[in-house]
Amino acid sequence: MRPGTTAADTGPHPDTAAARTAAAHTEGAPVTAARKASRTRRARGRATGAAAGVLLTPFFVLFTAVTVVPIGYALWLSLFTEKQSGLGFGGATSVFSGLDNYTAALGDRAFREGFWVLAGYCVVYIPLMVAGALALALLLDSTLARARRFFQLALFLPHAVPGIIAALVWVYLYTPGLSPVVKAMNSGGIGFDFFSSGGTLPSVVNIALWEWLGYNMVIFYAALQAIDRSVLEAATMDGAGEWRTAFGIKLPLIRASLVMVSLFTVIGSLQLFTEPLILNQGGSSTVTSTWTPNMYAYTAAFSRNDYGLAAASAVLLALAAALLSFVVTRLTNRKGAKA
Amino acid sequence: MTSPAAIPGQRSRWLSRTAVNGTLLLSVLYTLFPLVWLVTAATKDTGGLLSGEAFSFKGFDLGHNLSQLASYNDGVYFRWYLNSLLYAGGGAAVCALVSVAAGYAFDKYAFRGKEKLFGVVLLGVLVPTTALALPMYLLASKVGLVNTYWSVLIPVLVNPFGVYLSRVFSASYIPDEALEAARIDGAGELRTFWSIGLRMVMPGFVTVFLFQFTAIWNNFFLPLVMLSDQKLFPLSLGLYAWNSNTHAEPSYYPLVVTGSLLAVIPLIVAFVSLQRHWRAGLAAGSVK
Repeated sequence: MRPGTTAADTGPHPDTAAARTAAAHTEGAPVTAARKASRTRRARGRATGAAAGVLLTPFFVLFTAVTVVPIGYALWLSLFTEKQSGLGFGGATSVFSGLDNYTAALGDRAFREGFWVLAGYCVVYIPLMVAGALALALLLDSTLARARRFFQLALFLPHAVPGIIAALVWVYLYTPGLSPVVKAMNSGGIGFDFFSSGGTLPSVVNIALWEWLGYNMVIFYAALQAIDRSVLEAATMDGAGEWRTAFGIKLPLIRASLVMVSLFTVIGSLQLFTEPLILNQGGSSTVTSTWTPNMYAYTAAFSRNDYGLAAASAVLLALAAALLSFVVTRLTNRKGAKA
Repeated sequence: MTSPAAIPGQRSRWLSRTAVNGTLLLSVLYTLFPLVWLVTAATKDTGGLLSGEAFSFKGFDLGHNLSQLASYNDGVYFRWYLNSLLYAGGGAAVCALVSVAAGYAFDKYAFRGKEKLFGVVLLGVLVPTTALALPMYLLASKVGLVNTYWSVLIPVLVNPFGVYLSRVFSASYIPDEALEAARIDGAGELRTFWSIGLRMVMPGFVTVFLFQFTAIWNNFFLPLVMLSDQKLFPLSLGLYAWNSNTHAEPSYYPLVVTGSLLAVIPLIVAFVSLQRHWRAGLAAGSVK
């Protein structure tokens, strides 16, 4: 029961201590105690409403300022183009251009290729991430695992490393001359170029996997630990082995966390930016300045100063994220209904 | 991996155990390897780094690297360090307070449209933040906030997921009876929140603070878009700027590597010492 409704639900008798104290404090007027009490109750309702308002306001004011308004502004911007007036004197003016920016972005080969790169990345990265984190969590949760706290902490630690530093360190580990890994591979007769056109995607996937594998593993592990142990004991009594328990019982029970991890992984993947940027800095010729849609938007805004185009491509990317989130929730829900 | 435990025999059980723990150990080697490299590489001079022998102790030069770091460009590195502490510490403290207040209100009060409003918060979790950075930059330049501390601080005061977590924590840490008792004693609603609610939900506050601190400390895209004055840079952006010089001038390598190591240490210490809190946060997020 919510505190706001408690007083109102106690009925006409002023039997709550709060009402009694309040009644005792009000000045002696020709009203009965019951009516006084009901008045304080109403006042309490208003007070809780006001309190809820005060507590919620900071968040929603900030949320509006840094989320709602920017979304609206991006939509607005995407409908305008900067036009140079006359011969370019007198500066640029914004001209309404409808969906021109969208058709320009979609018509640009670089933008479309960015989406293909991103699609390739998602197809490799997301299943690896979700399955890998899940497998590690199930291993850690099995009765055979030792030193669980240590494993959990050690696997989680990359989350403490800023994405930019993770990318820097891995790119150094990819760089011939700097890297003991490349050196060891070369002396072992393996010549793999992490910056080549075929090597770039695995290089990026590896950095992202390293950053988030342990984090997602801990989420799965926490969900697994929350499963009622008596359910698992019952399964073992019935003769179910570790495999059966893991896939027949544990997995369906942690569906909620599976949905959450998948959603966050999808949204994170679509924003791919930092890792390829560092790879580009590290000398990869495959990674261009428009390699992913996010890089495309960044370049459009800050190299070409075409804010309309940048806004339109950011909106398209956000739409793709929304669409994929919807698909993920739908798919996982249906799976749940069948199970 | 694991063979069914139902199969009798000590040997198969022993094999399964070795396979399970061996796999976990391998994955730990994977996660720790770059960190170990970072530690040993930070002790090398440029030549030692470029020879690719970071794991040997040849050319141990940590002291020199640290003094270089402290003196380079009038000690700009430690200025970045202070900036990062300010952005992450200040931002996370305010964000945690704002989130806990909102989460508490969602949990403890009944008002019209509550679940719809909470739905908005949940939708906010799904918004890709990098898509907001560009319009935010343009808005900030309109109001003259670009390239100021505020341009990086204000956007990180909001974390919808923090509100979600706070609601879960409020429900599990603050019993309604405690609030009722405070009301009976005549405490006002806000006072009740401040002196009872906030104190009881403190572990949740620390959790939200820790995650937001990490998110801000690791934030790169927003400062990249907003800041051009080196004096305002956080560590992430400063190291990025240095890294862009390494190709032309390899002597930047030790600076970047040693600087990266120092930048990682506070978070590693925080995560090792606050294990209960991040475990609680990830558990609360996963069970619902």
